Amino acid sequence: MCAKKVTKAAPGQVSTTGHEWDGIEELNNPLPRWWVWVFYATIVWAIGYTIAYPAWPLIKGATPGLLGSSTRADVQAEIDSFDAKNADIKAKLVAAPLDAITTTPELMAYAEPAGAAVFRTNCAQCHGAGAAGVVGKGYPNLLDNDWLWGGTIDDIHTTITHGIRNTTDPDARYSEMPKFGVDGLLEPAQIEAVVEHVLAISGQDHDAALATEGATVFAENCVACHGEAGQGDRTQGAPTLTDAIWLYGGDRAAIKTTVTYARFGVMPPWTGRLTEDEIRSVAAYVHSRGGGE
Amino acid sequence: MAFLDKHKAIETHATLLMVLSLLVVTIGGIVQIVPLFYLENTIENVEGVRPYTPLELAGRDIYIREGCYVCHSQMIRPMRDEVERYGHYSLAAESKYDHPFQWGSKRTGPDLARVGGKYSDAWHVDHLMNPQAVVPESVMPKYDFLMNNVIDAKYIGDEMATHRMVGVPYTDDMMANAAADFAAQADPNSDYAGLQERYSKTNVSNFDGQAELTEMDALVAYLQVLGTMVDFSTFTPDASR
Repeated sequence: MCAKKVTKAAPGQVSTTGHEWDGIEELNNPLPRWWVWVFYATIVWAIGYTIAYPAWPLIKGATPGLLGSSTRADVQAEIDSFDAKNADIKAKLVAAPLDAITTTPELMAYAEPAGAAVFRTNCAQCHGAGAAGVVGKGYPNLLDNDWLWGGTIDDIHTTITHGIRNTTDPDARYSEMPKFGVDGLLEPAQIEAVVEHVLAISGQDHDAALATEGATVFAENCVACHGEAGQGDRTQGAPTLTDAIWLYGGDRAAIKTTVTYARFGVMPPWTGRLTEDEIRSVAAYVHSRGGGE
Repeated sequence: MAFLDKHKAIETHATLLMVLSLLVVTIGGIVQIVPLFYLENTIENVEGVRPYTPLELAGRDIYIREGCYVCHSQMIRPMRDEVERYGHYSLAAESKYDHPFQWGSKRTGPDLARVGGKYSDAWHVDHLMNPQAVVPESVMPKYDFLMNNVIDAKYIGDEMATHRMVGVPYTDDMMANAAADFAAQADPNSDYAGLQERYSKTNVSNFDGQAELTEMDALVAYLQVLGTMVDFSTFTPDASR
């Protein structure tokens, strides 16, 4: 390889770069004119763009651009425009008495789809996409008639607003089951007995002799929250023990674990994260799933 | 276009081409990067942003080690659909103590920038143990082994010192109490007043429900603080940013 003299093109010929390898010369064809002009046009466009949009850094800030573009202002404007479209119905929803929402078709026409959207985004992770909860994991089914803290729309609204047993909202619903086994409140034999009693009142196979013994233990330790017949108490979020619906499982082993270690289901408060109209919408949505009272 | 003909001189001199290329790249770098260090509208000070507590910092390491960022971003973009779904768009200041930041570039799972406080600790544990147990449609793998990995504060002081070296304002008080704070945050029965004084809005909880302090505790502590530091009810965005 050697560098030869660059040849200038005679008319009708192509010039070379002067590079030659074994007699093969490198031609120096000009770039296509259209390409060169597009290239110049992009440079002109870029200059115009930096004038129209925020670009050049100065001492304190960047040039704002002639069009006044601002991502933050844009997103705020877009949100505001949608809020404005729904402003009337949202105001009605917030002003209406809670128990009137589900019976007012005009409000439900908005609240149900809005609540469904809120539910899928925020609630489905625990309560399931279809609101059926997670059986045995402590995430309640919201479709049935079995409510821990009450199933009226007022109750549901309060639960969503403040949550349950969380540490962030002082108005959260609160109750705490004692750890009967871990804290030594009951002897292991007493726990065995009371588990049989719970199996008995929920209509499951049980050891009758032990269950009778367990009834005494139940009466001394459990009735304050779960009631004399095990019917539960919604003011304390104490579940009904007589039906076949179990939050953490209803077989012998699961009940024993519950009595020994206790359960402490937490729900976060949604005030702050959701607006009042969103909370009302999702309360109405949950209420209308079938179990609302 | 006599000037353009000089191009040949550059193209045929490798050294000159390199020197001039370096010059062009340097100018580009100065114009694009340097202003970010002094322009007021790129450095937004937002009230509430604090350094991570020792336990959260350890959880963040696990987050990075397990590659959570591969599927989860931590940046809510300023677009209506994202703001409606995840909450207020992320501010640069919210990740200013992240080294490196966890903005991510791809979402297989949801954005986690504001996941803190959205779910209970128990849910996070259930979900990390077996995601499909609580979210049947999830494709996330199990992280149940985190429950068995007991951790201690042996290296947390060193790590905080490293973060301090790159500008995270850990105070001497925070450094001195690193190990104590590390343990206190996962133990509601401990004396955690000092921890809460040093780090505002700290969640103290036995995150994983076990007696031992495990990687699960640390990771959940980290997840529960994400996006919760800034109080957006009092934050007024400056539209020019």
